[in-house]
Amino acid sequence: MNILKILNFTNQSQKRRSFVKMFLLSVAAIAIPGRSGSQEKPKKKSGWLLADGYDATEHLWGMGVNINDCIGCGRCVAACKEENNVPRLPFFFRTWVERYEIEANGRVSVSSPNGGYDSFKPELSDKQTIRSFFVPKLCNHCDNPPCVQVCPVGATFKTVDGVILVDSDYCIGCRYCIQACPYGARFLHPVTRTAEKCTFCYHRITKGMSPACVENCPTQARIFGELKKGASPLVRFKRMHNINVLKPNLNTEPKVYYANLDMEVS
Amino acid sequence: MISYWKKIPEQAKRLVVLAAILLAVFLVVRPQLVPPDFGELGHFRASALQDIVAQPIRYAGHEVCTDCHEEVAEKKGNSYHRNVACEVCHGPAAVHIEEEETDMLRIPRGRDFCIVCHEYLSSRPTGFPQIVSESHNPMKSCITCHNPHDPTPPEKPKDCAGCHASIARSKMVSHHVYVPCVRCHDAPDEHFTNPRMYHPTKPTKREFCGGCHASDDPSVAGIPQVDIDSHGERYVCWQCHYPHLP
Repeated sequence: MNILKILNFTNQSQKRRSFVKMFLLSVAAIAIPGRSGSQEKPKKKSGWLLADGYDATEHLWGMGVNINDCIGCGRCVAACKEENNVPRLPFFFRTWVERYEIEANGRVSVSSPNGGYDSFKPELSDKQTIRSFFVPKLCNHCDNPPCVQVCPVGATFKTVDGVILVDSDYCIGCRYCIQACPYGARFLHPVTRTAEKCTFCYHRITKGMSPACVENCPTQARIFGELKKGASPLVRFKRMHNINVLKPNLNTEPKVYYANLDMEVS
Repeated sequence: MISYWKKIPEQAKRLVVLAAILLAVFLVVRPQLVPPDFGELGHFRASALQDIVAQPIRYAGHEVCTDCHEEVAEKKGNSYHRNVACEVCHGPAAVHIEEEETDMLRIPRGRDFCIVCHEYLSSRPTGFPQIVSESHNPMKSCITCHNPHDPTPPEKPKDCAGCHASIARSKMVSHHVYVPCVRCHDAPDEHFTNPRMYHPTKPTKREFCGGCHASDDPSVAGIPQVDIDSHGERYVCWQCHYPHLP
């Protein structure tokens, strides 16, 4: 009793109780609306009405690539360079084709002369190739993109329809994103000195067209379409094939889906 | 309040003033450096979307070609090339649609374009039609036998090559590839049913070759021509030149 009186405990415990009560209530009052507001729901904002009739919030894009259909003609590479005015030099590609050759002794060799732009030359060597195929590559438009995370100025971003884009006016050319991309899908444009990458031909898909590489693939090895809608060709493609993505262990959650992909491909 | 301010040591006061100035500068400068639409839709400039969407389209898409080139589209639509978009071979057509008179599309006629897809590569999927271009009629352009809009493999030219296959193969790789057999050999109709009784003709004179190769004969540019009087005058041409592989 003596000690309690010294500390004025009896009086203070009432105060403390009400204080704790009020404190918890106010924290809850601040936190709950804050949390529900920060949920990444597709916000119905007029800013996402991009071209006439195109509401980005209603779409989610992805691409399928069937390795068994790719003939390595490189028409996708040529079409992409033409459509997007990519430098014609042999080391700037938004999409490119790799040729994998797996030898009997287990050695894997990957080649991509000029990104496959001029197709490939017949192999005239005494290599004991047991398996060989082409793998078209491009930006995987990750759902969890490392390149967007590292951009220091917010010049690269994920749109609500799932496409990773670069704001070339805002890009400072620091190349962090080029380093961060596990797929090597980005490059620094030699003239503008800004980062560039595949946009899924965003200027085309917002107008109801397919990307230039898909449009020009003579064997329909590339399938482009919606991921959210039940009846899209891509959803069907995913249902009909065994699907793999590149480097799934990185948890980047790519939206480029490969069918009949060999385990050697990374 | 004033008495409270007086109690604060001088050095702390200066720090407070400095911090206030920095905060003021930050608040004034920041809205000027950050674009007004930054953060509207996310951590980026909202107007960047409009810039990207405004990029000009080069490939018009396979649907629009049908509007004018109906016949070709119908032919192609029933052929093996039905899934090959027109612009794969003819190039981007968005400008051509606006200015069909001036902006003509490319027409690849050479061998080097077709083999981009059809050259044999071990990496290509089994079943895709492929050739070894070095031995598949190497002197001919693909379009002489295959119509790119309906590339069904043509029947093998069996008429002469059916029996004279080795000659046909030599001629295939020679400069005489476009010279039909009957240009030099007159084969009577009976030759096809009774070849050993009825022989085709063969040239007998130097002047026959001179019909194309003599220097005084007007002929197509690119055909090698010689002075037939002084060029090996004691021999007939085929003693030195094999006509099927000259």
